[in-house]
Amino acid sequence: MQKISAVAGVVILEMIRRKDVYVLFFLTALITLVLGSVDLFGDAKIARYLKEVCLTLMWMSSVIIAVFTAARQIPVERESRTLFPLLAKPITRSEVMLGKFLGCWLACCISLAAFYLLFALISGIREQHWPLANYFQAFWLHCLFSGIVVALTLLGSVWFTAVSSNATIVLSCVVGMLLLGRHLHKVAVKAGGIAGHFLDGLYFSLPHLEWFDVRDLIIHNWPRMDWTIVGQDTLYACAYAGCFLALACWRFRRQPIH
Amino acid sequence: MGFSTPIAITMTNCASIEPILSTENLRVEYAALSGSAGNSREPKVALKGLSLSVYRGEVFGFLGPNGAGKTTTMNVLLGFTSATSGKASLFGTDVRQPISRQRIGYLPELTYYYKFLTAEELLRFYAKIFNIPKAQREERIRQVLHRVDLEHAARRPIRTYSKGMQQRIGIAQALINDPDLLILDEPTSGLDPVGRMEVRHLIQRLKQEGKTVFFSSHELGEVETVCDRVGILAQGELKALGPVQELLAPGERSLEQAFLRIIGYQAQEETLCKKSPLSLAS
Ligand SMILES: Nc1ncnc2c1ncn2[C@@H]1O[C@H](COP(=O)(O)OP(=O)(O)O)[C@@H](O)[C@H]1O
Ligand SMILES: [Mg+2]
Repeated sequence: MQKISAVAGVVILEMIRRKDVYVLFFLTALITLVLGSVDLFGDAKIARYLKEVCLTLMWMSSVIIAVFTAARQIPVERESRTLFPLLAKPITRSEVMLGKFLGCWLACCISLAAFYLLFALISGIREQHWPLANYFQAFWLHCLFSGIVVALTLLGSVWFTAVSSNATIVLSCVVGMLLLGRHLHKVAVKAGGIAGHFLDGLYFSLPHLEWFDVRDLIIHNWPRMDWTIVGQDTLYACAYAGCFLALACWRFRRQPIH
Repeated sequence: MGFSTPIAITMTNCASIEPILSTENLRVEYAALSGSAGNSREPKVALKGLSLSVYRGEVFGFLGPNGAGKTTTMNVLLGFTSATSGKASLFGTDVRQPISRQRIGYLPELTYYYKFLTAEELLRFYAKIFNIPKAQREERIRQVLHRVDLEHAARRPIRTYSKGMQQRIGIAQALINDPDLLILDEPTSGLDPVGRMEVRHLIQRLKQEGKTVFFSSHELGEVETVCDRVGILAQGELKALGPVQELLAPGERSLEQAFLRIIGYQAQEETLCKKSPLSLAS
């Protein structure tokens, strides 16, 4: 465990010391701040709309952060040859992979925590309403979502050699699943035949990332979800992230390093 | 000649002692690159049945021209590449098991370390990988930094290091676990004369401390002065093995002459000699 956390620590340190994540982070924070400070006649509908824009922005930048930090880990270590002295130590490749996962995921969680804190603060001040449980549920599901995305991206990074192609493929898969996931079944029923079976297969085998998107909970100030649902979602995310990671470790272990 | 007595002792002891590093009939084939020039579909054979043993306390020089397979051998020993056939072990443990790497230090041929870390942070990271207890960690880091003379730069990002300093931090990370066996891939390549001399002294001091050193090199002059035994590899085959003095044929005065003969360079040398009057004339 110490080995895994050591690898994760380096990932987080790198993320803190590299500047490019800050750009995205500050941009999102700035827009959130600006949108939060405009008060258009106190109209509840517009306020809701602004909240939705902010949260969508947060979702987009969180996907980008997750994919781009995870996609570069292994390829960059390979290219800059830092993988050699590391793997020459008594550490297994699976431990390296798990450390990378932990580091990227924690980095995502940290930036998400900052986003949600900022958002809660601004909208709380405006509305004088502090639904902390809602925020926590939305934040946690968002973290789970990032975990699946990071694991998927790491898997891609040992499959495709180029960072950019991996990032593009994973990004389009994630966005596709987010937007189309819930409709696949309906499309499958309509299509029928072999295509229908195929689409249904996809519907039941791909992770339903849209389940983790509970922005409405915050936008409409709905009552919080049942905690058992949150627990089930956690298990669901663990299962998928675990599968992707296991595949990634398996693939990484068999790859020659040179 | 000064080396002959200790070698004799080591060699007689060897018979009963388990080797620290050993390979048995090691064969490594690289899959042919699909995009490469030429139409050869067959795999590139980098090692053709290499058998080698290195014993405790030895300094072993692993020599060979570029492309001979030295780095490939080390890559197998460290578990980066798996052998097509044959066996390799460190401390009697198969190299496929990570624990075989607990007591070794490795300096890669060309490496850059995490540039955004400082020397201290880098060494702390590696110390954690070795499971060095927290109480000893900082002291150990201080010791190795002192040893490679980088204390003054310990808190600077590695990004700002010169090439010589990068090589020294490489040596520091190889020593962080106080290893019994050091595997150094061309430790002197690309260094200036002072740097080369420092590496030579370091190897000598490691030997005095009773450590085993397995290193590859082209710098034959250095090899001669520090090695107990050398192995000469060419085209993936071990062409010669033994103490430097034993490899010299009658009339040969330096390892370089023996090396060129052993790798079969002589013929070309002669043709060069025949050509030279022509080139002088023109
Ligand atoms: N990744 C690789 N793919 C294909 N061939 C390789 C690879 N690495 C090394 N080789 C080939 O294997 C041979 C041995 O290389 P190497 O072990 O690096 O030699 P050395 O370290 O002695 O200079 C060379 O002919 C080289 O071209
Ligand atoms: Mg080499």
